[in-house]
Order: sequence, then structure tokens, then C-alpha cells
Amino acid sequence: MGKYTFQDFKSDQEVRWCPGCGDHAVLAALQRAMPKVAETLGYEKERYVVVSGIGCSSRLPYYMNTYGFHSIHGRATAISTGIKVANPDLTVWQACGDGDALAIGGNHFIHAIRRNVDINIILFNNQIYGLTKGQYSPTSKFGAVTKTSPYGTVEHPFNPGSLVLGAKGTFFARGLDSELKLNEEIMVAAAAHNGTSVMEMLTNCVIFNDGAHSAISDREYRADRTIVLRHGEKMIFGKNRDKGLVLDGLRLKVVTIGEKGITEDDILTHDAHSDNIGIHMMLADMKYPEYPVALGVIRDVADVTYDGGVRMQAEQVSEKSHIHCVDDLLRSGATWEV
Amino acid sequence: MQHKVIDTTDVVIRFAGDSGDGMQLTGSLFADMSAIYGNALSTFPDFPAEIRAPHGTVSGVSGFQVHIGSEDVNTPGDYCDLLVAMNPAALKANAKWLKRTAMVIIDTDTFDEQGLQKAGFKGDPIEELNIGDRTIIAAGITTLTEESLKDSGLDTKAIHKCKNMFTLGMACFIYSRPVEYVHKYLEKKFRKKHPELIAPNEKAVNDGYNYAANIQAIPNTYVIEPSHKKKGLYRNITGNQAIAWGLLAASEKSGRPLFCGSYPITPATAILEELALHKSLHCTTLQAEDEIAGICTAIGAAFAGDLAVTTTSGPGLSLKSEALGLAVMTELPLVVVDVQRAGPSTGIPTKTEQTDLNQALYGRNGECPVAVMAAHSPAGCFDAAFMAAKIALEHMMPVILLSEGFLGNGSEPWLIPSMSDYPEIKPPFAEKLTGPFFPFERDSRTMARKWAVPGQKGFEHRVGGLEKNHQGVLSSDPVNHATMVRERAEKVARIADFIPELEVNGPDSGRLLVVGWGGTYGHLLSAVSQIRASGKDVSYAHFDYINPLPRNTEAVFRKFDRILVCELNSGHFAGYLRNVLPKHKYLQYNKVQGQPFLVQELVTAINFAL
Repeated sequence: MGKYTFQDFKSDQEVRWCPGCGDHAVLAALQRAMPKVAETLGYEKERYVVVSGIGCSSRLPYYMNTYGFHSIHGRATAISTGIKVANPDLTVWQACGDGDALAIGGNHFIHAIRRNVDINIILFNNQIYGLTKGQYSPTSKFGAVTKTSPYGTVEHPFNPGSLVLGAKGTFFARGLDSELKLNEEIMVAAAAHNGTSVMEMLTNCVIFNDGAHSAISDREYRADRTIVLRHGEKMIFGKNRDKGLVLDGLRLKVVTIGEKGITEDDILTHDAHSDNIGIHMMLADMKYPEYPVALGVIRDVADVTYDGGVRMQAEQVSEKSHIHCVDDLLRSGATWEV
Repeated sequence: MQHKVIDTTDVVIRFAGDSGDGMQLTGSLFADMSAIYGNALSTFPDFPAEIRAPHGTVSGVSGFQVHIGSEDVNTPGDYCDLLVAMNPAALKANAKWLKRTAMVIIDTDTFDEQGLQKAGFKGDPIEELNIGDRTIIAAGITTLTEESLKDSGLDTKAIHKCKNMFTLGMACFIYSRPVEYVHKYLEKKFRKKHPELIAPNEKAVNDGYNYAANIQAIPNTYVIEPSHKKKGLYRNITGNQAIAWGLLAASEKSGRPLFCGSYPITPATAILEELALHKSLHCTTLQAEDEIAGICTAIGAAFAGDLAVTTTSGPGLSLKSEALGLAVMTELPLVVVDVQRAGPSTGIPTKTEQTDLNQALYGRNGECPVAVMAAHSPAGCFDAAFMAAKIALEHMMPVILLSEGFLGNGSEPWLIPSMSDYPEIKPPFAEKLTGPFFPFERDSRTMARKWAVPGQKGFEHRVGGLEKNHQGVLSSDPVNHATMVRERAEKVARIADFIPELEVNGPDSGRLLVVGWGGTYGHLLSAVSQIRASGKDVSYAHFDYINPLPRNTEAVFRKFDRILVCELNSGHFAGYLRNVLPKHKYLQYNKVQGQPFLVQELVTAINFAL
């Protein structure tokens, strides 16, 4: 038993998401993950800051009994960055939606990843604008019929994983709202990762985009249409644990163990820590029906963090500097006496 | 011809050439050596937005004006006593700034057919510009520099880069300045990376000096005695540097680390560059991906407990509007520095204006008042930045500090203060927990809320852009909203109890009070002094604090028949005063040309109003 339980992270505010919304489950996973994070990394509760932008999921900070900042549309990533750089001892968590982080806030999102600021971004991807009542988002499927695309969209969606890895992200994981245990595991891994951790959570909007992920999330076929990746484990999936991924030339291929002489040894082993971003990109890009959709931690590699670099440089420069107070500064350089 | 040495109290010198001719450096070196000599001075760089504008064209002319004197110098001067024109375009662009008695040095080598054509001259430029009555010193500066440096080992291109030093040498002779300062500067600049450039540049300066002494074409040389300034240690400082240092001073006095999140933008960039140097003073700079990230990272840092700053110019302030509203709503301390430039849109980025006042006062959605201040001189930017930070931190709110391109790039000597003369800054930290922490409970005196910082145990709370009640709980209750709107406005109004009262320069009652704000201070002061010297009565009040106004403003205005508001826009401050203090009779004098006022035009306008 650690210092905290999930109850410590629950605020007294009434949760106002629609009944059946996928956000409830992600919040529950977060409240369960936080005590474990506190335990393993030695954080006190007052060192947690939860930041959000605008959208349904961005209400989340009000439901966490931590320091919280519900900001403005798209800007959560910039605010998180400022908090973390100002005080690297804080652990910064961010809740944002697909419209929030990838449309209006797309610029901040890619730049935080490029800098590798040590923040943990939970990206709620329901492929729709929920709070404004049902317009297509940058992750809505091509052809999606919504209030602002009554005849279907004619634009391609982003795959958040490709975007993160394209910006040379050091951590990307994907969860599914109803996979509480897996999501908790992802969050604990994200906390342990130094650098920008992006956790895409596939969430269901029961009102405006119900069933957006049902092709893979329905209990009936989930095991066959998703694959849970764990570092060091074979890339095996399926109800009968008989399917796996292999490399066929430069592409991934789904094979069945026991068919055409394929054995378990032929199946790829997941290496989340590999510096080969290509394989992680292929895994993040997998789409049903050709492939199972990858869940779990797809990439988790070590690299210098922005906030760490800022702190280290400040220390190095200060050590060499002969200016240690403003009076020193004002008298430095060219001066003259009258 | 025997030249005379004349004692004079002040001169204005303008160096002008192509953007790549090094005129900014020449001008600032001349200013620095004059400052060290003990003159009062004021400088004004006037350059195009392009880094290397089309060679030889009027639009590509870069100028640097320096006004030096042995008495008070309030402005960079309207018209010049000496113009150095490195090419025909520079002469054309600046001929209108020549005094009747001015001297002009031209590099005749550039006045060839091609040069004249590029500058748009059809015949003799002196005739076309009607400046035949000025003393024209025609010198083949290019060939003279080539001759001077033919044994230097430098190639022609590198030799041509020394032309500005040759010219500086000539100016040193005319104004009786020893060239040793330039030597010292060159040694310091080139010692590490290009030691081979030290000797040729020094030789160019010396040869320019000797050439000017020998040619017998210069009728007079001048001595400008040091000014009788207050004793003490001085330095030259630009407005942008002074803002950076004022913020660092506030950081030290408050004990809060400084965080500056900014995006490069002319003419504010130098503040970010300056702050980036001073990591040893607990200062972090973050060059953000855009203006919005600049302010948002700063707001994040403010939430985390830093003295947070974002620096920008007009277009950037537009982009920051929404986030500024967030800072108002979350009641976090934040300094937003706007170094104004000519707008709208991209406008004329390198030219000065005061056209962002309305944006600063009103440019946000909802009922969203912020404190607005303005700096009035390059060195004055230090105190302005310090006070902006003090108000932000002690009153828990964003403060917009308006500077101007004219102040940011301009410089003047500054009597270096001691930090012990500055007040402590005491933010209202939440310290003792006596029950649940309510983030929007207010101090009865300032109306400021308490500042609890992540990491403080027991003070966990949420802030955000949604309306809340005093307990920090979301509320769309109509009465609560009205209360919070009123309280946020009252909090800004209460600052008036903590800032200096408005001072009147001249009699405290009369027919006319001249009013200004921001960087027009020096010009207005000079104009009013001139008018008073001519025996007329006129008073002058300058505003450093705009929202709120100093609390005696109404009492000051009441004693004058009319108020003449002078500003570099179409009447923003006048409109604001009419709105806030409607009982007075206001007149306006406005200029929107991307240029500072001229003292002479102000004298005419004020005399007209008298």
C-alpha cells in the first residue's frame, strides 16, 4: 500500500461528461495510475499539475484533486511547456482532444515533441468535435458525414502516431477507452519516460460519433483486430493467440502461426527502445482491415529533454559568469565616471 | 583657408549609407565615444526593414542620427549639422534633414552615372536638391580608403568595408574627438576571430582623421564640452536593453526567477536576445514557436511561480489577445512588453509609432481590463519595466508595458543606479492554510488574489478561462459573473493608489496644458521649454501610467482651460481621456508617419493652440 490511493486524486467536483462517454474510463485510469506513479517515482501529490485546453476532455483538470489549469483552445501544450520549464520538479499531465491538439493547437503539439519537453500528453481521440456538437475533426475518417460535412469530408485525417513520430517523438502509446488496465500501464510508463510522452486514447463519443472505433473495439473482434505491444514480447495477437507480425521485405505482414511453416520464432519481437523509428512508424500506422491496430507503448526511447537541457545550460553558464546580481550587470561592459 | 575651432553647445550628426555600409555601427561608435567624453546625447537609428535592401536605392538607405551636447539633450534632434552621405541615395533621402548651416560629406566615388541613376537623379544632385548653400565636402572616400589600405593584404571587398571607419575618422576630426576609443573598440571586436582586421580598420580611422585635417576644405571644427551632469558612474543604454535589465532587477527584488517566452519580432527582438545572455541571473528564455506560445509558456511559468514576461510588437500583441484574456481571468502576474511599430498589419516594421494604445486598452473579448503603462525614454525603460513587473506581481494581473521602436533602438547615457535604491517586490503568496484554499478570495486593499504555486502542499486548486466564484468553483451564475467582472476592473483601478501622482512641468494652472505619453517625452519637453523661453506660459504633463491614470489627473486637468494631447497616432489617448475624464476641453496634435515628432512642429502646434 503506497502513500496515496485513487481517492486522493479525485476532486469533489461532479463529473459532467455524458453517460457512456469514453472519457470517464480514461479519467478512472489516470486516477488509478497516479498513486503508482507517486510510489515508483517518489512524487508528492502537490507536485502534480494537470493542464488542458478546450473541449470535452479538457474538463479533466477539474476532476483531479491536484493543481490544475484549464486553459484556452489549443494552447495547453504551450502552457504545460511553460510550467515544466519554470519548475522541472513538477510532473505535468495534459488532457487534450483531437481538435484541440491537432487542429488549433497543432503547432504547439509538434514543437513540444520536437523539443522533447518532459510532459505527459493524453490525447483523447474521438474523431469529432463534441463540445461544439458534432463537426468533423482532423482525425475524422475521409468521407465522414458530420454537421459541417453533410456530404462527407474530402480531406485526409491525421494519424496522431505518425505525426508524433514524424516530429521524432520519443514516446508514443495508444490506448482504448475501455482498456482500463492497459491505459493505466501506459500512463505509468509515460510517467517514467523522460521527455514528451504522447498517449493517444481512442475514445467513443456516444452522442456525436458513436461507434467511431467499433470496428476494432467491439468485444467480439477486439482481440483479432488489435495487437497489444509490450517491449521484449512477441508481436502476437488474435483470440487464439495464433496471429503475428513479420517483416516481408520492407513491409509488415500478418501471418498465422502454424501455417506455411511459420513458428513463433519467426514473429517479430517488439523493441520500444529501438532507435529505428521506421519500425515504430509502421506499427503506429497499421490500420484495420489490413492490419490489427497497435495498442500499448509503441515507442519509448531515451533522449535529452528540453527542460533538462535548459537547467543544465543555466548551471554551466552561471558557473562561468562573473555576473551574479543586477548590480554586477549594470556595471559590466563600457562605463565611465563623471 | 585657416579653419576655426568653435565652441558649441550641441550638434546633430547623421550618418547615412547603404544598408550594408556599416552606418549603424559608425553612428553608435561616435555616440559611445561622445558619451565617454562626457556629453549628453540621444540617438536615433532609422533603417529599412530589409537586411540588404537593393544597393544604391533610396529605399535601401540606412541612417543613424546622434545628437550630442554639453547641456541637456532630450531628443535625437530634428535637423542635422553634419550629414555623412555614403552614396547619392543617402544624400537624396536625407537632404531634407539638413540645417541651413549644415556641412555634408559625400563619397564622390559613388556619385557616378550608375549611382546617380539608381538614386533617381537626372543632373547635378546638389542642384536638384537645392543644397548648394550648404558646405559640401566632396571626398573620394572609396579611392582614399583603397589607397590607404593598398598594402593591408585585404581584398577590395574587405577594403571597401573599412570605408565607414575612414568616414568616422573624418567626423572625429571635425568634432575634436580622439580616435583612441575607436582603436580600443576595434581591438576588442576583432581580437578573437579576425585579428587581421584590426590594423587596417585602425589605419582607415587614422587616415580619415588626417585627411580631414589636411584637405583645408573644412571651414570649422567644433568642441562640445562635457555636460555638467550629476556625478557618478554612467553607461550608454538602449531602451530594449533597459527593459531587459529592468525585468531582471524586478526578478531579483521579488526573488522570483524570470521567465521570458517570446517570438522574434522587430523591433522587440533585442529584449529576448539580451535576456538570453543572463542565465546567471536566474533568467530563462524560451524562443517559442509563435507569438501565442510565447505568451502561453509565460502564463504557464506564472502559474508555476515565476516572474513571467512575453515581449512583442503590435502584430504579436494581436496574436496574444486571447491568451491575455486568460491571464486576466486566471489573475496571474504577467508582463507583456509591446515595442510599438508602424502598423496596421506588417506596416513599416522598423519605423516608430504609438498606434497600439487602443489595442492595449481594448483589444480583447469580454470585459477584460489590464493595466497599461508606457516608457518615456530609452533609459527610462529600466524603471518602467521594473514597475510593470512590480504591479503585475503585487496586484496579480497582466500589465502591458508600451515601448516604441524609437525608444527600443534609441540610446542615451544613464547614471547607473544602485539596486539598494529600489523597493522590494512582495507578491501576495498564499502561506498559511486555515481551512480550504479559495483561490479567488481577495485582499481588501489591492483586490489581488493569493498566489499558491504548484509544489505547495494543501493549496491544490484549479484555475482556467471559465468564470468561477471566489472559491474557485465554476459558476455561470449571473450575479457572480457581474461581481467578478466588477472586481477584476476594480483591481486595476486600485493600482492608482500605488503609483506616483501626475506631475506638471510649468505653472499648475493656465490656458493650456500639453499632454503626452510614452516616447514623445523628450520632444515635448524640448518644445515646451522653447516656448517658455520665448516668454509664453504653457504647462506640460507626461503620462507613464495610462490605465489606471494617476489619481490626481482630474485635479490637474481642472486647472487648465484646454488640454492639448500630442501623440504619434490618430488620437488614441485623446479619445481615452475624453471617455474617462469627459469634462475637459481637449485639442489634439497627431502625427502618423512612422517618425518621431520634430521639436519644431510641436512648437508650431503648441503656439497655435495658445
